[in-house]
Amino acid sequence: MKALVSVKRVVDYNVRIQVKPDGSGVVTDGVKFSVNPFDEIAMEEAVRLREKGKVTEIVAVTIGGAKCEETLRTALAFGADRAVHVKEEGEVQPLTAAQALAAVFKKEGAQLFLLGKQAIDDDANQTGQMVAALLDLPQATFASKIELDGAKALVTREVDAGLETLEVDLPAVVTTDLRLNEPRYLKLPDIMKAKKKPIEVVSLGDLGVTAAAGLKATKTAAPPKRSKGVMVKTVDELVTALKGKGLI
Amino acid sequence: MSVERDVMEYDVLVVGAGPAGLSAACRIKQKAAEAGKEISVCLVEKGSEVGAHILSGAVFEPRSLNELFPNWKELGAPLSTPVKRDEVWFFTSPEKGIKTPGPFVPHTMHNEGNYIISLGNLCRWLAQQAESLGVEIYPGFAAQEVLIDEKNVVRGVQVGDMGIGHDGKPKEGVYTPGIELRAKYTLFSEGCRGHLGKRLLKHYKLDEQSDVQHYGIGLKELWTIDPAKHEPGLVIHGAGWPLNSANPGGFFLYHLENNQVYVGLIVDLSYSNPYLSPFDEFQRLKHHPVLRKYLEGGKRVSYGARAICKGGFNSLPKMVFPGGALLGCDLGTLNFSKIKGSHTAMKSGMLAADAAAAALIAGSEGGDELAAYPESFKASWLYDELYRDRNFGAAMHKFGVLFGAAFNYIDQNWFRGKSPITLHDNTPDYSTFKPAAQSQKIEYPKPDGVISFDKLSSVFLSSTNHEEDQPVHLKLTDPTIPISKNLPMYDEPAQRYCPAGVYEVIEAGGAKKFQINAQNCVHCKTCDIKDPAQNITWVAPEGSGGPNYANM
Ligand SMILES: Cc1cc2nc3c(=O)[nH]c(=O)nc-3n(C[C@H](O)[C@H](O)[C@H](O)COP(=O)(O)OP(=O)(O)OC[C@H]3O[C@@H](n4cnc5c(N)ncnc54)[C@H](O)[C@@H]3O)c2cc1C
Ligand SMILES: Cc1cc2nc3c(=O)[nH]c(=O)nc-3n(C[C@H](O)[C@H](O)[C@H](O)COP(=O)(O)OP(=O)(O)OC[C@H]3O[C@@H](n4cnc5c(N)ncnc54)[C@H](O)[C@@H]3O)c2cc1C
Ligand code: SF4
Repeated sequence: MKALVSVKRVVDYNVRIQVKPDGSGVVTDGVKFSVNPFDEIAMEEAVRLREKGKVTEIVAVTIGGAKCEETLRTALAFGADRAVHVKEEGEVQPLTAAQALAAVFKKEGAQLFLLGKQAIDDDANQTGQMVAALLDLPQATFASKIELDGAKALVTREVDAGLETLEVDLPAVVTTDLRLNEPRYLKLPDIMKAKKKPIEVVSLGDLGVTAAAGLKATKTAAPPKRSKGVMVKTVDELVTALKGKGLI
Repeated sequence: MSVERDVMEYDVLVVGAGPAGLSAACRIKQKAAEAGKEISVCLVEKGSEVGAHILSGAVFEPRSLNELFPNWKELGAPLSTPVKRDEVWFFTSPEKGIKTPGPFVPHTMHNEGNYIISLGNLCRWLAQQAESLGVEIYPGFAAQEVLIDEKNVVRGVQVGDMGIGHDGKPKEGVYTPGIELRAKYTLFSEGCRGHLGKRLLKHYKLDEQSDVQHYGIGLKELWTIDPAKHEPGLVIHGAGWPLNSANPGGFFLYHLENNQVYVGLIVDLSYSNPYLSPFDEFQRLKHHPVLRKYLEGGKRVSYGARAICKGGFNSLPKMVFPGGALLGCDLGTLNFSKIKGSHTAMKSGMLAADAAAAALIAGSEGGDELAAYPESFKASWLYDELYRDRNFGAAMHKFGVLFGAAFNYIDQNWFRGKSPITLHDNTPDYSTFKPAAQSQKIEYPKPDGVISFDKLSSVFLSSTNHEEDQPVHLKLTDPTIPISKNLPMYDEPAQRYCPAGVYEVIEAGGAKKFQINAQNCVHCKTCDIKDPAQNITWVAPEGSGGPNYANM
């Protein structure tokens, strides 16, 4: 069974995000980028499924500029067999990304599409869902456990009421949650081998997708500064302070 | 615990992707290409990416870069702000200062022809050049041990293990033993106070003939300022308040591109008052009107700290040992009279690379001493430059800032460093503390949250991160010393000299306890240098841990 895993290049989660002074976005110059952590989890899961003999081939895909090659190399070091780079230097909006990924999934004839539940840069949380809709495939989101059983996938999700297990027919789209697994450390020899694995480069046009511009970001702003706290010594003082603010 | 380790072999292994290591790697590949030979080069870097752990000023002298990549402009090297103007100040009080008139500015403080850069970004660019020349670069991997064989030859390094818990036990499912990287020649370019360099100095007694090394701690911030106050290319240096001759140091403020300035303070680690806190000195320094006028209305973007080695010529140890060499600040090539160590680090890397490449091209199997490296060093401008500067630091230590500065003015401007006198200073920086009882407590002003800040919010801006569940990478030889000796004698100065708040003395159950918040460590190496008992040893934490400096 072939699995497709998408990996997005995002500003590293350790980086303290700075908003550009003109509010047109966040500072990305000189900033460290890495693979979206939820996609690393998807990649790890694909590799584990292959180790269990359930998946035979893993293809990694990304959409973005030349620098995204790095992202694909990381996926290849994790264990993807090959990679597809949908090269697009301009802005890629969620619908365009979903259309491109759907096209690659179809072209590859894959059975399982694994991807992060959300990317930590835009937090849009919609790509997996849109791909499923575009391909008219079943979807199971926020997976905390995945089991493949023949032509079906059993996917466990953490919901407010506890755990919910869905059964979906393959091919299907599954998005990964934080607790699905703990990604392995990359090994230096694997990183070296990844440098030699093949990356196929295609354009949006090759996939029959035209970049849509349905969304326009109007402003980016830093969260308001927290105002200074007040130390209270007793519960009474706390209650009085809260009352004073009209909070209770 | 015996573990199977993968082994990878190369012709040359470079440890540390600073200007020294990257220049060495590039140069070897250039020489190999010229000779039509294949020389494999591997470079490991402990930061999560190249540049993540680089913290510098930096006013950059392009001399070495001109030699390494004469076409660096076409290749897009990030040198975009030429120095336009130098100012040198002496602060006499928190409010007042004297600007040195042009003709009296020491010769070494002139910066025409130099550029204000982010050294981290230059390293990122050098890494791209290196990769396109065929160097294999592996960020996120720290060299943890030197491999020395039974013939006392360096054969490479062992990369740090990943996935060990805080209890020292391998973690189920994620434990990944570090591999052995072996090479014919291993070049160590870990920067100031490299933890493997330190062991090599000791093991091969490389520093037996030289003066002890001296250090400073540099603290720096990146600010975005009001465009109306921005003067790209302006370089300000100075000394004086808030420091003094017993606790010397100097500050800088550089205007780079995009309405940004770097502001920083370098405190000489020979300081004697254990109550001194380099971090707090830096915070109050920024309130001086000469600096405040630029920062007011601006916003702090980043913070970091790193030690520098400033012993210069007299402290240079032996550069080679069987199977390898020390480069850059791991060796101690910084020119302190200019506070510049990047171009000298690059040059030392290039000289070592020439020696290694020539040996390999001639068919060497490695493992020998690269004698050609110290020889070509002696014949180079680098030797000349460091020799001229040899008295600078020692003069400051011997005569204090004012008289030292006068000596240096005469030495540098009249003799151009070639005066017949050589000064030596063999008191190590860890032994200069006066007992707390004989020292004056320093009351630092509370940070105002506008110009000055507290330590924790500062460390936050360095984007420092370490996997929490791992052994503490700051090793105490004797865990009782901080409380039993350092606290009564010196009020445990680690609480103050660490620029990241790693060390705390806390009360636990009525007793004092020494706490190490290792996750905050910005890898500056100050504790390893300044602990009066020499009881703290810095070792590499799990690869990619540490700061994630951007544009620093
Ligand atoms: C995936 C997920 C989804 C959830 N969805 C919902 C939801 O939809 N609705 C909902 O109501 N809950 C939801 N929860 C639960 C909720 O987010 C937290 O579990 C809950 O807020 C716990 O609050 P807490 O104060 O006990 O602890 P914490 O979350 O640990 O504390 C909250 C804050 O209290 C303060 N605080 C904590 N300890 C101290 C202290 N000793 N001194 C001073 N300040 C302190 C801190 O500022 C801290 O940030 C969800 C949880 C998860 C994991
Ligand atoms: C505040 C400050 C201001 C300065 N201003 C200037 C200036 O204006 N002009 C100037 O020319 N110079 C300046 N310098 C000095 C200059 O930054 C250094 O001389 C220069 O960086 C030394 O280069 P290097 O390659 O030897 O070491 P470094 O730049 O320190 O690089 C060493 C690299 O090795 C890595 N490393 C270390 N140990 C290991 C290990 N065991 N395994 C893997 N990787 C490892 C580190 O993470 C780092 O990336 C300044 C320094 C400071 C601190
Ligand atoms: S613990 Fe040591 S190396 Fe780390 S930041 Fe503090 S002084 Fe520097």
